[in-house]
Amino acid sequence: MAQGVLVVTEYWNKSFRKISLEALSKGKELAAELGEPLTAMVLGSGVADAAKELAAYGPDAILVADDASIENYRSWIYEATIIDAIKAKEPKMVIFGGTNQGKEISALVAAELSCGLAVECTDLELEEGKLVATRNLFGGKVVSKVDIEGDVQMASIRPNVFEVKEAEGAAAVESLAVNAGETRVTLVEERIEFSTKAELTEADYIVSGGRGMEGEDWSVLEDLAATLNGAVGASRNAVDLGWRPVSDQVGQTGKVVSPKLYIACGISGAMQHVAGMSTSDVIVAVNNDPDALIFRVSDYCIQDDLFEVVPAITAELKK
Amino acid sequence: MDIVVLMKQIPDTEAPVEIAESGHCLNEEDLKWAINPYDEYALEEALLIKESRDDVTVTVVTVGPDRVSEAIRVAYAMGVDNAIHINDEIDEEVYGAVDAYTTSTILAKAIKELPCDMIIAGTRAVDDDNYMVPACVSKMLGVPMISNVAKQDIDGSTITCEQAIDGGVAVLKAELPILMTAAKGINEPRYPAFRAIMKAKKKKVDEKELDDLGFDAEAELGRAGAKVRIRSMAYPEARAAGKMIDGGSPAEKAAELVRLLKEEACVI
Repeated sequence: MAQGVLVVTEYWNKSFRKISLEALSKGKELAAELGEPLTAMVLGSGVADAAKELAAYGPDAILVADDASIENYRSWIYEATIIDAIKAKEPKMVIFGGTNQGKEISALVAAELSCGLAVECTDLELEEGKLVATRNLFGGKVVSKVDIEGDVQMASIRPNVFEVKEAEGAAAVESLAVNAGETRVTLVEERIEFSTKAELTEADYIVSGGRGMEGEDWSVLEDLAATLNGAVGASRNAVDLGWRPVSDQVGQTGKVVSPKLYIACGISGAMQHVAGMSTSDVIVAVNNDPDALIFRVSDYCIQDDLFEVVPAITAELKK
Repeated sequence: MDIVVLMKQIPDTEAPVEIAESGHCLNEEDLKWAINPYDEYALEEALLIKESRDDVTVTVVTVGPDRVSEAIRVAYAMGVDNAIHINDEIDEEVYGAVDAYTTSTILAKAIKELPCDMIIAGTRAVDDDNYMVPACVSKMLGVPMISNVAKQDIDGSTITCEQAIDGGVAVLKAELPILMTAAKGINEPRYPAFRAIMKAKKKKVDEKELDDLGFDAEAELGRAGAKVRIRSMAYPEARAAGKMIDGGSPAEKAAELVRLLKEEACVI
């Protein structure tokens, strides 16, 4: 008989991603309401000690799959090992973080098990013991409530939406053998630069630029972002012009972000951009065009030259 | 070499959308449609491969009602050789493909009948953003998936892909057939001339009904076959225009902003 909640965490660059703690906190809430156990799953190499940190979020069990072969993410090994965990624990529901990796692995697991998966949910509720998810469609122009079918209900959560809450729990650590899985794909090489900078979707502060940046020199935005310990984002225009990497793009066709503070600089406010940032707690717009659409969705608006205003904000914050 | 491209027609990202009375789909009247931008990368990549060798046939496969023919014309104008349109309308406003699972079931069955050495899809469709159809199709056909590919190179029957991953790149190699999903940045999709789109009206589209593929549509597909079902749709809370910080020099405006962010909004 299926019971309980399994949360698949993500250990990256020597720590747990914040979204994994958000997923675990939500998982705890759901498990408590069901009166059933919560299991946290950890995959990686040399993660057994770090896995114990998760006890602070109240799981009843921490399942650790620790092997040198998954020092970095390997979809086929993750898929096989997560399916083993699901078979062993028989959870009612499995929750992932909606990161790039989380979105891929949850899709593979759901496809393999022919289960329903609700992606990047902004709310998860229980109804008669079943999970009902809230998620955005059309880049946030519509919010939908969805039912999830299948023996196991699966969902991933959107970063920066759920609160991290510590909780009590027994937290027995159990180990799970890593399943090498099967693949016809071979890894030739991998180049990863681990950065200490906040990932865009997980950042509390985002300073974004658009066409108004007039070129590749974004140092004024980078300085402000660094002062706030935040991240730099960009509009589709700025990315298409080659000024910023694709990974910086905010909007319906890029990343959807929900930081505490979003500062839009030289961004006109096209519908597809606004769709990707309108769930930010506070929005500031700096633009010299008085008719810029961005002003209509911003809490604080400054109509002036961003190249003068932004450095002044940075200076003011440093005071 | 036969390349199959998965294409989805979606509401134009720059256009507003309106929820239908039923509450679980959009009102399609006056809705502006476009090819999912990530599928444009997939189409372009297939065409680039076609142009670099002389043995390539590109077939685009799409699921949707009559309106999808508009997207197919654009694909033809871009340069695809064949188009297969699976019309999934079961009844008026009742469709076979309502979620990623039912869509993938239809696509997989249609592709099974085709010669296929490689499937290219967009990494995501920016309407429902499930990231799910390529994974499902790859499982249903037993073809490995290499996702989020920023660059690829085919040598004989071996493909080498550069996959964009967090913080860098992974280089993956496989024997064809594979299913590859195209990342933004893999290419610059061509924009066909209006004339070419008009001319494409004459091209033959292989249109199939769900019956033709052997589905018992009402039982296997649609809301009955779906794994994720939309119960209701609503508009998000609209944001109102806020305070314009007027007057003074840029430095004075900046100082006032920082004060408001600290004291009023309490975010820093």
